[in-house]
Amino acid sequence: MLLRGTAHKFGDDVNTDYIISGKYKFKTLDLNELARHIMEDIDPGFYNRIKPGDFLVAGKNFGCGSSREQAPLVMARAGLSAVLAKSFARIFFRNAINIGLPAVECNTDLIDAGDALELDLAAGRLVNLTKELVLPFKPLPPAMLAILKDGGLAAHFQKHGGFALGGENP
Amino acid sequence: MGQTIAEKILSAHCGQEVYAGELAVAKVDFVMGQDGTAPLAARAFAEMGGQCVFDPERVAFVIDHSAPAPGEGVANIHQYLRKFAREQGIHLYEVGEGVCHQVVPESGRVGPGSLVVGADSHTCTYGALNAFATGMGSTDVAAAMISGRTWFKVPETFKIVLKGRLPAGVSAKDLILHLVGRFTADGATYMAVEFAGEAAGELSVEGRLTVANMAVEMGAKAGIFLADDKTFAWLGRYTRRFYAPVCPDPGARYARVEECDVSSLTPQVACPHRVDNVRPLEEVAGTPVQQVFIGTCTNGRLEDLRAAAGILAGRRVHRDVRLVVAPASRRVYLEAMREGVIQALVESGAAVVTPGCGPCVGTHNGVPADGENVVSTANRNFKGRMGNSKAFIYLASPATAAASAVTGKITDPRYFTPR
Repeated sequence: MLLRGTAHKFGDDVNTDYIISGKYKFKTLDLNELARHIMEDIDPGFYNRIKPGDFLVAGKNFGCGSSREQAPLVMARAGLSAVLAKSFARIFFRNAINIGLPAVECNTDLIDAGDALELDLAAGRLVNLTKELVLPFKPLPPAMLAILKDGGLAAHFQKHGGFALGGENP
Repeated sequence: MGQTIAEKILSAHCGQEVYAGELAVAKVDFVMGQDGTAPLAARAFAEMGGQCVFDPERVAFVIDHSAPAPGEGVANIHQYLRKFAREQGIHLYEVGEGVCHQVVPESGRVGPGSLVVGADSHTCTYGALNAFATGMGSTDVAAAMISGRTWFKVPETFKIVLKGRLPAGVSAKDLILHLVGRFTADGATYMAVEFAGEAAGELSVEGRLTVANMAVEMGAKAGIFLADDKTFAWLGRYTRRFYAPVCPDPGARYARVEECDVSSLTPQVACPHRVDNVRPLEEVAGTPVQQVFIGTCTNGRLEDLRAAAGILAGRRVHRDVRLVVAPASRRVYLEAMREGVIQALVESGAAVVTPGCGPCVGTHNGVPADGENVVSTANRNFKGRMGNSKAFIYLASPATAAASAVTGKITDPRYFTPR
């Protein structure tokens, strides 16, 4: 799957409260409604600037804080095709892969807001088209790659009738 | 090869010896979801083709984050959870029973050696009881509800050796705030933290719950204490279930070991808008405060309410301050009532709200106004956390919160003689 889009840049330690605030997420399960409020407390109007396929690019420890799965869900619903960061908080990282949102660890200092990016997960290739740079990124652990390839954990479970990741000793 | 506590517990649950970095598909002992995350878990459960949960005795939902429902949206979500729980025969902790991270330990279903997953990041709290407990998202929890299993990358362990003895007026909360400030918001990412040393043993179980609760604020997967007589005495109040303690092996391998002498620790405050923006209280003393909140899964337990009442008894909350108190559970509420702690708090001017998360997550029970400063005993002070991105949240101990409620500004609780 080849993903192409423009970079939106954020800093370090973006927490899941910022991605989708608690004041909205308890009230509704409607992701279209929640998506409108993405990043509202730190970047009002962000939702309106996202074009389908765009990338969210951040610094270290992206997605720290609450375990809310609504965070990667609203990112996907808002039209973002992937999230790139220097590092991820672990619960967010799992959630993103589980719901089928690619989360890629790379040196995001080499990406500026507005840069055009191309990501080919299968080939393991990330290119900053604007700067004409090939950016190496950390491969996903095999278990997560297996889940992402199936389209997320729900699809993985339906396909295999449970976990099919190896490492099991029944 | 020697194993850490995390490696031992995960090994015992996946049927083979596993070490840091390996993949483990492990059986879980208990699965929890709350009203902010369980709805998505219930939905994912259906999407994944779930028919029934693997064991209704080992799955529970807790309505605590936005309870009682402040509006129709939340009310309908709560109704959906009740229906799911009824159909599946799982226990649902109703409005007013308390915060998930208090009612689950009180259930007696979690103890030394347990492996627990919860759809809440502060599930790591149960590590205080020598369990491996970790927060996950709703879909991961749905998978565990169906299969009774989940997958882990076995974490490396970061051992923090706590030495010395906490001075009077300095609490477990000050200790964990200090550690989060020192090691930062991603200082333990992906790792299990073992809290060791004589000062860890000196902490009450309630203090250990406070410390383990905030392990995730350093990015940790789990925060684990050893089991000792205090652990078993605490558990004995709630259950007759047998638990065997899990100790690390002498040759266990640690990714990092750090020491912390707690003897010289002073009251600490996490300043806006980051949990790791921690400073000694004296640096921010005198900051005016409009709201004080005492409660949450971090600091809503009996010991915490006692510490607050020790300062507030016979005194009045400052006229420019609202003091909101949320006991962590109905049981804590009743015990505090019997002891006169609730009476002392209410007489001082506190508004006591339903046991649960209170205003911590910004859904109800005390959203601050623009430009206001809040002293809270919770675990997060992110911008907007309490429902208003124009407010400022300072995290502190229950004693600091109570002292600040009396004076109307951030105040060192050691100035007050407990009554």
